[in-house]
Amino acid sequence: MGLLSLSIWLPIAFGVVLLALSNERHAATVRRIALVGSLLSFLVTIPLITGFDSGTAALQFQENLPWIERFNVHYHLGVDGLSVWFVLLTAFITVIVVISAWQVITDRVGAYMGAFLILSGLMVGVFAAADGMLFYVFFEATLIPMYIIIGVWGGPRRVYAAFKFFLYTLLGSLLMLVALVYLYYKSGGSFEIAAWHALPLPMSAQALLFFAFFAAFSVKVPMWPVHTWLPDAHVEAPTGGSVVLAAIMLKLGAYGFLRFSLPIAPDASHRYAGLMIALSLIAVIYVALVALVQRDMKKLVAYSSIVHMGFVTLGFFIFNALGISGAIVQMISHGFVSGAMFLCIGVLYDRLHTREISAYGGVINRMPKFAAFAVFFAMANAGLPGTAGFVGEWMVILGSVKFNFWIALLAATSLITAAAYTLWMIRRVYYGEVANEHVQKMTDINPREFLMLALLALSVLWMGLYPKPFTRVMEVSVQHLLEHVAVSKIK
Amino acid sequence: MNWLVIYPEIWLLAAACVITVADLFVSDPLRGPTFWLTQIAVGVFSLMHLWYFNAGFTVYGMHGTVVTDPMGHLLAFFAGVAVLVTLAYARPTLGGREMLKGEFYVLTLFVLLGVSVMTSANNFLVIYLGLELMSLSLYALTALRREHSVAIEAAMKYFVLGALASGFLLYGLSMMYGATGSLEIPKVFEQIANNPNINKEVLTFGVVFVVAGLGFKLGAVPFHMWVPDVYEGAPTAVTLLIGSAPEFAAFAIVIRLLVEGMLGLALDWQPMLIVLAVGSLIIGNVVAIAQTNLKRMLAYSMISHMGYVLLGLSAGFISGNTLSAGNAYSSAMFYIVAYVMATLGTFGLIMFLSRQGFESEQIDDLAGLARRSPWVAGAMAAFMFSLAGIPPLVGFYAKLAILQALVSTNIAGYIALAVFAVVMSLIGAFYYLRVVKVMYFDEPVQTAAIERGRGVSALLALNGLAVLLFGVLPGGLMAMCRDAIIKALTS
Repeated sequence: MGLLSLSIWLPIAFGVVLLALSNERHAATVRRIALVGSLLSFLVTIPLITGFDSGTAALQFQENLPWIERFNVHYHLGVDGLSVWFVLLTAFITVIVVISAWQVITDRVGAYMGAFLILSGLMVGVFAAADGMLFYVFFEATLIPMYIIIGVWGGPRRVYAAFKFFLYTLLGSLLMLVALVYLYYKSGGSFEIAAWHALPLPMSAQALLFFAFFAAFSVKVPMWPVHTWLPDAHVEAPTGGSVVLAAIMLKLGAYGFLRFSLPIAPDASHRYAGLMIALSLIAVIYVALVALVQRDMKKLVAYSSIVHMGFVTLGFFIFNALGISGAIVQMISHGFVSGAMFLCIGVLYDRLHTREISAYGGVINRMPKFAAFAVFFAMANAGLPGTAGFVGEWMVILGSVKFNFWIALLAATSLITAAAYTLWMIRRVYYGEVANEHVQKMTDINPREFLMLALLALSVLWMGLYPKPFTRVMEVSVQHLLEHVAVSKIK
Repeated sequence: MNWLVIYPEIWLLAAACVITVADLFVSDPLRGPTFWLTQIAVGVFSLMHLWYFNAGFTVYGMHGTVVTDPMGHLLAFFAGVAVLVTLAYARPTLGGREMLKGEFYVLTLFVLLGVSVMTSANNFLVIYLGLELMSLSLYALTALRREHSVAIEAAMKYFVLGALASGFLLYGLSMMYGATGSLEIPKVFEQIANNPNINKEVLTFGVVFVVAGLGFKLGAVPFHMWVPDVYEGAPTAVTLLIGSAPEFAAFAIVIRLLVEGMLGLALDWQPMLIVLAVGSLIIGNVVAIAQTNLKRMLAYSMISHMGYVLLGLSAGFISGNTLSAGNAYSSAMFYIVAYVMATLGTFGLIMFLSRQGFESEQIDDLAGLARRSPWVAGAMAAFMFSLAGIPPLVGFYAKLAILQALVSTNIAGYIALAVFAVVMSLIGAFYYLRVVKVMYFDEPVQTAAIERGRGVSALLALNGLAVLLFGVLPGGLMAMCRDAIIKALTS
């Protein structure tokens, strides 16, 4: 069994065991098994990055077995510079989620942990799939555990949010399914993504394919105007669900643009780049203004996620190396930062059981250690230099200056608005006098919470101060992608 | 005379007669010996068909009135297994419903005999004979609870509308006979293909009636009115019997009549099937949303699934050739297999939950099932996600196969149909998700322990695993269907 298979199936195997143990009496054992499982799953992904050859754009750690011979579908796995970090990110975030749920989740612990571990394996599968159908199967299968997570452990409107999440994403991906089947037919019976990259297609077909993929990935990213499921899902999901949703699930959509839309329909991508840039800018400017008026912390961070993902799609469609690498760096850093932001909200919610900004005030007086972390992550979210949040945005803005100065200027307004909504929230929640007796009773974070926040803080600092390990790995792959996209596929 | 051809039918008939008599001497109030004898008879029957399928030959027998070919045997084998599972699910629930009589088992055997006759028929009259044998047995089974007014009403409706459908079919077949001068399917095929003096008006008229008759039997819109009432009114054990094995028979006679007999008229009947399919997809999916009764919802869901099957059946004869026929018909066949696999489980679950004097037919009766019985709820969730077509469950590959058959015609109209079908399956996802929601997100209303023994719950779990396992590894089953169809087309 190869490393990638192990990274996919190890968490799933642990998840299935945990589901079987979903008896309330075994809660303590279940937590330990979940921690061991997620740690092991993370450990097996580490050789992927240490053994990665950053000098080639080819897929590495490949595994290729026939799967469904009737349709020539292969169990074909492989990672390149675009995807390898996401495998690690997924496994890492899962460890954090398991730690975060330790004392918080008391209802059906086994099922909760199991769902997250299975979800983790499936998401690694999405990033590792080199076969279109395999990609689709993993991509869709992630809906089931997330649906259950939101619906079972979510807030008061969880049922509405779970349905909205499921149906929104399903509509997009079903259209993508037709596109995949069409490509299978056009390529003479192959589901190999690499074969589709090389497939010449007329403009009309490319345009339809582009919009089918757009339907699937724009919902997942999410781009304005199909973003409305995200605030609902985030607000209602349990903390772990929000973390995984923001840190990884949104990246599935962005990654899809890189793997499918750009290389398979390059001419259509160029033709509709204007539209994509416009939608991204709307996300960056308009949604940031929406974030400013939120009273619910989770909603605020959810909208800020949409803003950050706007940078990602902007970076993709300006077609230069700086833009695309910046977008990928932004995806990784957003994984750390947004995950941390939701964890911070979770920490507050566990104590006061409300996410209303107005219910808090002066938290720093009662929880100094926690407030230090929270302020740090908020700064990263606002894009302070020296944190992970800065690197990606700065690269994308620099890339868009090369493309068009005015676009860069509009995108850069986010540095102001992001600072505005984040600092506004920080001031209201953490600083000032202790607002009420509930806040007065709050206790500072325990070692478990300290550990998970510290792990994330270290990652954020590392990426902000020394982003080279991240950019170095993706350089060649990004260059290869750009060269491919620059060549017309119309014969 | 070639007796070899009909050994399985002879065996089943003999077994039915023996069991009728043997049952008179059974004093066990639970009818144990009758049950086991029936299961043995059905098991041996299935194995015989499997053996024939593996032998892979095509032989005509009884003066050309019956044919033994892999397609017929595979369908009969599936039908046999479906009956086997149906009886196992049904046994514990029969006792409380005045249905624990020998007649139940004997009539079930006659249903299966009718199915088997239809799958191996090579003559219009033999098809009709098998159809009536099956239908009359089913009418009687529906009315088996003679003090139960709803069941009697359902039986009445079923009988009247079924008789009307048989009349349609017979009328159509007589016209075909009038135009071609033969009742034998291969001769009809030859006449249509080679006789330039054939009366086209009569043929077309005949096809309309044949398609209408088949539409009734399949439950396609606008001939679907009987389905919800019968599904709801019949005892659940009988509903399951109506919804499983006869589907295979209906598919078999569609192939025998329309493809093997009237392929020359494909340009006439394919558009009719498309109209039926589109109607079924819309009505089935939309009306299912409004149902609160689980059995009624499943009835409408069955109608919508028949829409997919019909789409597959309508994509065989494209641009004047049958190159895509194997692909299209085998996808339809695989779809039915996948559908029945999930249906068996869902009705099995309804019976599992029902108790003495309490039918557990409302969707809300499933509330909180995940807490009362996690394994059973997990299996039910697998059935629902499979019916909704979410990977990695077997229902997804069935949808994929149909989509692939539609897209690979490379005709814009068919590709538009594929897009329409996926949009409809999005609507379908809603009501399947609602069942999962009720089981997982809602609190249990009744906490009474579920009475049924371990046997049925183990069978349910096994059924759920089958849906998952054939989803992870669908290759073998797909190849079987494809082999069978290709052999039927080339012989």
